[in-house]
Amino acid sequence: MTKVLKIFSDATLEAMEEEMQRDPSVFVYGEDIIKQGGIWGQFKGLHNKFGDRVRDTPISETALVGAGVGAALAGGRPVVDLHYADFIGITMDEILNQMAKAHYMFGGQGKVPLVLRAPDGVFPHAAAQHSQSLETWFVSIPGIKVVIPSTPENGKGLLKAAIRSNNPVIFFENKKLFSVKGLVRDSEVITPLDKAEIVHKGEALTIVSYGYFLGEVLKAVEIAEKKHSSRIEVIDLRSINPIDEETIIKSVKKTGKLIIAHEAIKIGGVGSEVAAIVAEKAFDYIKKPIIRVGAKFSPLPFSPQLEESVTTSSKDVLAAIEKLLV
Amino acid sequence: MTLNKDKLIDIYYNMLRIRRFEETVKKKHGKQIIGPAHLYIGEEAVATGVCSNLLREDLVTSTHRGHGHTLAKGANLRKAFAELYGKETGYCKGRGGSMHLAAFDVGMLGANGVVGGGFNIATGAALTQQILNKKNVVVCFFGDGASNRGTFHEAVNLAALWNLPVIYVCENNGWASTTNSLDSTAVVNIADRARGYGIKGITVDGNDVFAVYNAAQKLIKAARNGDGPAILEAKTYRIEGHFLGDPQKYRTASEVEEWKLNNDPIERFLKAIRATGEVSEPEIENVKRRIEDELEDAVQFAERSIVPTPEDALEDVYAKEAAR
Ligand SMILES: Cc1ncc(C[n+]2csc(CCOP(=O)(O)OP(=O)(O)O)c2C)c(N)n1
Repeated sequence: MTKVLKIFSDATLEAMEEEMQRDPSVFVYGEDIIKQGGIWGQFKGLHNKFGDRVRDTPISETALVGAGVGAALAGGRPVVDLHYADFIGITMDEILNQMAKAHYMFGGQGKVPLVLRAPDGVFPHAAAQHSQSLETWFVSIPGIKVVIPSTPENGKGLLKAAIRSNNPVIFFENKKLFSVKGLVRDSEVITPLDKAEIVHKGEALTIVSYGYFLGEVLKAVEIAEKKHSSRIEVIDLRSINPIDEETIIKSVKKTGKLIIAHEAIKIGGVGSEVAAIVAEKAFDYIKKPIIRVGAKFSPLPFSPQLEESVTTSSKDVLAAIEKLLV
Repeated sequence: MTLNKDKLIDIYYNMLRIRRFEETVKKKHGKQIIGPAHLYIGEEAVATGVCSNLLREDLVTSTHRGHGHTLAKGANLRKAFAELYGKETGYCKGRGGSMHLAAFDVGMLGANGVVGGGFNIATGAALTQQILNKKNVVVCFFGDGASNRGTFHEAVNLAALWNLPVIYVCENNGWASTTNSLDSTAVVNIADRARGYGIKGITVDGNDVFAVYNAAQKLIKAARNGDGPAILEAKTYRIEGHFLGDPQKYRTASEVEEWKLNNDPIERFLKAIRATGEVSEPEIENVKRRIEDELEDAVQFAERSIVPTPEDALEDVYAKEAAR
């Protein structure tokens, strides 16, 4: 199996191309995706290849998602680009009351194979309205799937699986991830939508993370492992709806210690849900208090000094590891 | 009036079928049928006049007041009643009820508990027709109240921009719950807004089934031929309360009586066809009997159907993933 070095943006573009080639009912629309090729070039050249199946839209986020639901119910497989996930609030009713509900409330009569591409996370120096990680909102909405890639390879694999899914999938891709390089398998990559992955094996401690922030976690782990000569287990959730409980519980039962780390705000974050799952299902195995690492409870400020003070990084992960490994 | 006899009988059948369905729902409500139910009595000419121009493969989106649209699109009466009864044999297996009734087997993509929730869905369904090179048309039913949602603007603009095969049919019944249309809407004729999107807009007497039929025919034909979307506004009136149990303090009894006595769409239709003698009295009686038989059968079916199994409540939260 050969692997090729690619940036995330190109890996997801390949996913789009392959799936549009494979299935004529797949199409994509969003703001500024023809001439600009998407904010991060993630759609560049797609219009030349697929013509009318790649469309620029008005700035009408509500319509984009709502029409995606209708298009899917009528037999299409739309992929909708939300530009910035920060605008997802505008589309919330279409997600909550139409996209997530249609299959269930109509007794399974129709299905909604719709993918929302939602670039989220901190966009450095863009401040409060362009730098949010809102994925937690979608953890407790039944009827949708929510995946968050962490590498070019699983970005490609998750996007392809999302497009093939018979259910609505929100694909949260961190804005900083688009330019990240990684090795991508040359053959078909399909990443399951509901499975976490153990990306680093260990016995001393479990760290659960996801998305771009996984890179920060791995940086901290490398430093800590050298210092303590112990091995840390790192789990990439990949999906936060559903959460792969089994993989987490198994690991925590082995290590007895847990950190959950994400770029999103700590309070009410995915970490809170994971901590609750572990408290419910593996309480007797826990040897030290669970630690959540996440951003401070504040909108993101503009000034770089302030920004750094609110966001979280590998330093916070390292500090948490130190607390649990002593 | 240039409709042939079969079509006239068909139109009568559809209007009366809705009327009798709704009267039966009213009779059973609070007993076998529970939960919010918004009746369509008095507005039958709109759904009938429009849907009589649709093919089975054409699609419609509906509203919280969706029984009429569902039946006019040709839905099965047994499955519709069973759904209102909350039975496993209902269209939505008891997951939907009145406000989320859907009949995908006849292209009815769902009622909607969110006012204005259908605009975008219809528009997207029309987009799929265009992308997949299909000739089907989509109809989006909506109320005068719904026309003030932002979804109206975004959807109609998108449909006009992309020349999508979708007709937005406004049922302007003068009231949105307790609020009069004139107290909420800056135009008198909602179809006038079509100009702002560069598309056709037609306002008709919504209690004249022929007027609705003719206007819908023209617009649907045009949409099918690739001429794009349009707005059809049908002025009508809701005879029943907003929902079953509505105390209706916002309007006078005489206002309702006036519409009921002098502007009933079914009576107007009968008067018109009797005047020309195109359909005989025995033929009219025959339609009535057919509907009564169908209704009785459907009610019995709903009554003897099994209730859903509680353990199955989580079924259908997600669609099955097929290997693709
Ligand atoms: C978004 C939204 N707002 C409010 C409501 C509550 N509500 C239900 S029906 C209705 C009136 C709708 O009026 P209209 O669109 O004219 O339809 P009609 O009931 O007259 O058929 C309202 C306010 C709702 N269901 N959804």
